[in-house]
Amino acid sequence: LMAFCLLKVPIHWEERNVTAIKGPGGKWMIPPEAKESMDKSKIGLKGPLKTPIAAGHPSMNLLLRKTFDLYANVRPCVSIEGYKTPYTDVDLVTIRENTEGEYSGIEHVIVDGVVQSIKLITENASQRIAQFAFEYARNNQRSTVTAVHKANIMRMSDGLFLRKCRDVAENYKDIKFTEMYLDTVCLNMVQDPTSFDVLVMPNLYGDILSDLCAGLIGGLGVTPSGNIGANGVAIFESVHGTAPDIAGKDLANPTALLLSAVMMLRHMGLHDHAKKIEKACYDTIESETVRTKDLGGNAKCSEFTNEICRRVQDQD
Amino acid sequence: MVARTPAVTVAKLIRPLFQRSRLGRTAQVFGVAGSSWRGKAWDSDKIIPPPAKYGGRHTVTMIPGDGIGPDLLRHVQDVFRYSCVPVDFEVVHVNSAMMEEDDINNAITAIRRNGVALKGNIETSHTMPPSHKSRNNLLRTSLDLYANVIHCQSLPGVQTRHRDIDILIIRENTEGEYSSLEHESVPGVVESLKIITKSNSLRIADYAFRLAREKGRKRVTAVHKANIMKLGDGLFLQCCKEVASGYPDIIFDSMIVDNTTMQLVSKPQQFDVMVMPNLYGNVVSNVCAGLVGGPGLVPGANLGRDYAVFETATRNTGKSIANKNTANPTAMLLASCMMLDHLQLHDYAALIRSAILRTMNETRMHTADIGGQGTTSEVVQSIMRLMQGASLRSAAAF
Repeated sequence: LMAFCLLKVPIHWEERNVTAIKGPGGKWMIPPEAKESMDKSKIGLKGPLKTPIAAGHPSMNLLLRKTFDLYANVRPCVSIEGYKTPYTDVDLVTIRENTEGEYSGIEHVIVDGVVQSIKLITENASQRIAQFAFEYARNNQRSTVTAVHKANIMRMSDGLFLRKCRDVAENYKDIKFTEMYLDTVCLNMVQDPTSFDVLVMPNLYGDILSDLCAGLIGGLGVTPSGNIGANGVAIFESVHGTAPDIAGKDLANPTALLLSAVMMLRHMGLHDHAKKIEKACYDTIESETVRTKDLGGNAKCSEFTNEICRRVQDQD
Repeated sequence: MVARTPAVTVAKLIRPLFQRSRLGRTAQVFGVAGSSWRGKAWDSDKIIPPPAKYGGRHTVTMIPGDGIGPDLLRHVQDVFRYSCVPVDFEVVHVNSAMMEEDDINNAITAIRRNGVALKGNIETSHTMPPSHKSRNNLLRTSLDLYANVIHCQSLPGVQTRHRDIDILIIRENTEGEYSSLEHESVPGVVESLKIITKSNSLRIADYAFRLAREKGRKRVTAVHKANIMKLGDGLFLQCCKEVASGYPDIIFDSMIVDNTTMQLVSKPQQFDVMVMPNLYGNVVSNVCAGLVGGPGLVPGANLGRDYAVFETATRNTGKSIANKNTANPTAMLLASCMMLDHLQLHDYAALIRSAILRTMNETRMHTADIGGQGTTSEVVQSIMRLMQGASLRSAAAF
């Protein structure tokens, strides 16, 4: 927030609480004030929300996505100079279908001891996400889109997804389209991540692969993420956990949230501001002088942010 | 898995007469009797080594499969012949392009007969209609090969980004997402069912802990996604916890699958034994295989109560490198060593395995996938030359 104020970025911040409440009719939903605010502004920035296992209400993150129909989760993974991981020169984007697939939440106990989980793939959703992926690739000057699937085992569901991707690819002849099995992608990703560009996939594979890619560049503390919906609605978030053990102690690494905010600025068209903040952030990490604990340094969160603000000011 | 004393040799000769009886269910009945004889519970799934020994030689079913499979299996046969391993292969071809299931049924019958198989991967083209099931999957489910065991170990001669990896992956092999139950309820909406059952989850967890104890492993990690799939993976996790309580000497913890993949690429040394349902197993085993050097290095075993099928861990057909003499024979050869261990031919297994590992350490003898320039035949020749040095002509002690 501080960095933004310093730069006089033209954004008006509205903070909203998103704890789950039970609305009329017994369905879990987010508080109506939050919904109204989002409907007005169409863009949001979110910190981590805790999803307890077996809590009785659906995951808050899922709820947010459903409410605003944020169907695409975009996670660009770029190797950060100055933060060394065994993998260098990673530059890929994972685009994951965000609404259906294995996360439809439809489960039944058929007989005692047998549980059935339903994975839903629809033509519309697959069409939408494929369209989004190619649009994104075109807008960001990306050369290849790879569809990740497991159609040899899940012939009908992933087959449908694949067919839709192929159909959309027809309209985007300037972008190369390939398809690859999930296991092959995993195998090649850990051996040579530079061979991948944009990856598009259904929900579960997307979850696993996007986290895998985040691990390649240094973990969730440095990975931005955006959830895009129809009509330009978008929520950008840092995808790491709530880290209750370091909450309130000024120790957290704000890079992920900051980079997500940069993504948000780009989405809104404020490219200059985005570039300035991003450069300041990368430079700070590269300089190795002021770093938070998870990046191997000793600085507090506020010190890190101050350093970034300083650099932003220097750039002006 | 059970250590045999010389006194058991006699029993070994007599048991085949009961187990390999041609009277249908009799084999099953005596199979159970065999396990209870060793003092275990009725649902023990100690794999009974197939005593298909006639004249002191074992018969093993071989399914060449597609792509690089036939080539690699031929090399295995060459190596076995060279070292006088008392194993005969019954080759069964499966044509993956055929719609009818006769071929695969023949293969399954052959495996039931022999008890052990070594196979290449059978291609499943996803352009075929949904009624055409994956042949590999059919094999695994018909023979109830419920455990897929993969051992990923860093090899000293292979350059990788991470060192000192030693992970044992145990993957549920028959249910989960691979049930092939799909339907189009409404045009444009497809549903795919993922089934998790308590009995299968208990079985695989039990297998994992027993294997961990046997190999002297300290920790078992269950990989799941129970925060999203509360009932399905929740059941799996619960079963693992239940089984873990019976093994107080082994530490049990669990990890969500996306965190697992992230940890694997940053700090793989923290993992010891991992147990998981089918799809996550696919992802994790491929990631681990990639970490230790690629699909050409890691063997895998599909184990059931009565049968065992050995193949490469990542199950690739390798169509793009078929017939080019560049495939890495290590995975298939190590799989054949696992098979020899299963048949209790430990001396031969040790001989071949040490020859393979010594070849690995001479960098010149690497195939292209691990950064060398050797061809498949050169690597195999080198292995055979190294075996010649060691003496094992006296192993015919039957």
